[in-house]
Amino acid sequence: MSSILLRPDNLHGDTVLDEPNYLNWKSTVASWLLTKDHKRIAVMYFFSISFMFLIGGIAASGIRLALVRPHDTFFSSETYDKMFSAHGIIMVFFFLVPSIPATLGNFLVPLMIGAKDLAFPRLNLLSWYVYIVASAIMLGAVAFGGIDTGWTFYEPYSSIYSNSNVVAVTFAVFLAGFASIMTGMNFIVTIHKMRAPGLTWFRLPLFIWGMYATSLIMVLGTPVVAITLLLVTLQRMFGLCIFDPSCGGDPLLFEHLFWFYSHPAVYIMVLPSMAVVSEVIACFSRKRIFGYEFVAFSSMAIALLGFFVWGHHMFVTGESMYAGMVFSLLSFLIAVPSAIKVFNWSATLYKGNVWLSAPLIFAIGFILLFTIGGLTGLFLASLAVDVHLNMTYFVVAHFHYVMVGGAIFGFMAGMHFWWPKITGRLYPEGWAIVTAVVMFLGFNFTFFPQFILGFLGMPRRYHYYAPPYQFWNDMSSAGATIMAIGFMLPLFYWAWSLKYGEIAGPNPWGAKGLEWTVPSPPPSHNFDEIPLVTEEAYDYKAIHAAEIAGDYSHLQFDHPFAEAKHSDKPTNFEEH
Amino acid sequence: MSIFELQREGFASQRLAHQFEEINQQNECYIVGMWTFLVTEIMFFGALFLILSLYRMAYPASFEQAHAVLLVSFGLTNAVILISGSYFMTMCVRAKMLGDYRMTQLWLGLTLLCACGFLVVKSFEYASEFKDHHFPGPSFHWETTTPGAYTGSYSSQFSTTMPANAVNSAAVSSTYSAPVTQNLNMHKRQLFFSLYFIMTGLHAVHVIIGILIMGTLFFLIRYRHPSVDDYMPVELTGLYWHFVDIVWIFLFPLLYLIGKQ
Ligand SMILES: [Cu+2]
Repeated sequence: MSSILLRPDNLHGDTVLDEPNYLNWKSTVASWLLTKDHKRIAVMYFFSISFMFLIGGIAASGIRLALVRPHDTFFSSETYDKMFSAHGIIMVFFFLVPSIPATLGNFLVPLMIGAKDLAFPRLNLLSWYVYIVASAIMLGAVAFGGIDTGWTFYEPYSSIYSNSNVVAVTFAVFLAGFASIMTGMNFIVTIHKMRAPGLTWFRLPLFIWGMYATSLIMVLGTPVVAITLLLVTLQRMFGLCIFDPSCGGDPLLFEHLFWFYSHPAVYIMVLPSMAVVSEVIACFSRKRIFGYEFVAFSSMAIALLGFFVWGHHMFVTGESMYAGMVFSLLSFLIAVPSAIKVFNWSATLYKGNVWLSAPLIFAIGFILLFTIGGLTGLFLASLAVDVHLNMTYFVVAHFHYVMVGGAIFGFMAGMHFWWPKITGRLYPEGWAIVTAVVMFLGFNFTFFPQFILGFLGMPRRYHYYAPPYQFWNDMSSAGATIMAIGFMLPLFYWAWSLKYGEIAGPNPWGAKGLEWTVPSPPPSHNFDEIPLVTEEAYDYKAIHAAEIAGDYSHLQFDHPFAEAKHSDKPTNFEEH
Repeated sequence: MSIFELQREGFASQRLAHQFEEINQQNECYIVGMWTFLVTEIMFFGALFLILSLYRMAYPASFEQAHAVLLVSFGLTNAVILISGSYFMTMCVRAKMLGDYRMTQLWLGLTLLCACGFLVVKSFEYASEFKDHHFPGPSFHWETTTPGAYTGSYSSQFSTTMPANAVNSAAVSSTYSAPVTQNLNMHKRQLFFSLYFIMTGLHAVHVIIGILIMGTLFFLIRYRHPSVDDYMPVELTGLYWHFVDIVWIFLFPLLYLIGKQ
């Protein structure tokens, strides 16, 4: 990005950031901590979940480090158990579940539907505070001894066989659940009632459809896991008897209730990523998403079907064979809407004017990794195969492909795509592309060997393993190092871009959508005037035609394919 | 009360928050938001009802015996109290919509009284249950001679009708199975009481939250605070209070009544 092509209306580009916006209108600590602005809350959420991601990542490094030398160990078995439990709980409940909804969702939902804020700004702020309290309790519990139940809190690990901080951790997760319920309620009401005039349901960006489906799961599923974990907490605190088998309780019932939320929770993590990917692909292929309605409805189908497949986690833990058959069938069915999305994204890219920028590379990474994660999920949904693969590293690899390859690549795609909107400045494109490639390679290096390990029969959650597994474990740990570097790179170039990045202007990508019509960063009230929507989402026809004809004047910046054509084309300042 | 009526001049005045465009939008947001919240509450209690039903199906006899010692009179009194409270609440919402502060205050006061009355009755009930050592845990104790105890025809549960000391001596003298069964059934009754205390306890927590909200509202209305010019706070509190009431409508028969053929 060396040369900047200024369009006439952007000649004052350097002063854009001095205009009042949501970031600079006040800079006191109180103005942040008491803000009701969805954009500021999104930023605060971004820093909070990034911090939790760092802690979870440190635990992950510990796990990979321990597995390099299983025999003369770095950590005791007990510490190892506590490390993978902390990794799982922090990453799932404190990073992945709030990741996209609480940051990008919070920031973009009102902007995309043409509203001044979410329906309940104070509830939104409360959600952040509840999340912070929950995180503090969680980190405290880890600091003062940790927990060794695994992220699933299975009974009776969490009732009679654990001497660790189960009460504190389950309570922290209970609270974090409420933070996500509040976000979900806010989104549902906002999307139903606050759309700008003319913005019908089928004109909504697919990001909004994804957020709506996610919110449904949050609102319907989270209370169930909240009460279940509350019961575990009460059981330990007051000696009550609910799930504990030693007093007639049914540990399987705990598993049913836990997975009733925790399977849909996978879709809380991955639907928002799909939502982001739809936006990114439409923008950078300059086409309306192929089969818009199908993609929208597949989000809803995933949200609803997702509630009826939880039993596939329990094929070998004692659920009835007939239940297993039904759950297996339903789990196969839910692959259909996911596949519809993948096909439609591919069809959108086909014959599009593809601009291979960093967000799109992340998005394509998402599609590839999610496809692998999804297809291996079908292995696990088959009853007989699952008997062999359950509780092995195959499962670990599968859900990391979905939850890291899926959720985090989507998150990175979205963060890069909307970074100019959030901060008002562009990140360095070259570094972002390098990061995308490093993360993609590192990720596959880390987790593909785990498929092989699992297939060879290495059980998960063990500290030791037989010598034949050594090679693949070493490879996985080496890959984890590469991936860690990939995760650290954005830290530097994002921070750099805050001060030195090019001024982005309202719409650096030439993207469609209401959020690109307001200045970057947006003003506190979002819109000076509530917009009237008269066109479908992703109406890229005109832009596509212009770019095919070699006219890139709608862009403020160099499009890589435009180089040659721009040189003979005068920048028509005098016209204005 | 239709939205149209509410828009009449001089009728319950309303203020528009900054994020909304018009008053109808704001009201609809509040109502949809409250119902969404109630859906989460339904899922929350729904899981508990599911657990109760499943364990009941698994251990019918022990559960019925445990049912039998609950004090129906207390439960019934509370049901009556809560239903009257719901009526008062409805009248309160109506009065607020009509802008009648005096009547709003009266009906809200009556609802508050009902809520507190519920807690008083419940605390007496809890006290007697603690006294009988029916709170689960190490101190849990089962008197088979409790009045109204179920002595029915479930042959598999027969041993449980033996007095505790008789069982102990039986263990020494003859078979080993009797105390084991006794012990298991003891556990199942604890299971019932665990659920009973958790479900009624969580319901009581909701009642206490309701009292805090309604108490605040009462004083705001008494001093004509501008934040309650709008009828929405009362309307939303009403929705919440009806939900709390309905939970009890389900709890009462499922815990106290079913099982007494
Ligand atoms: Cu699942």
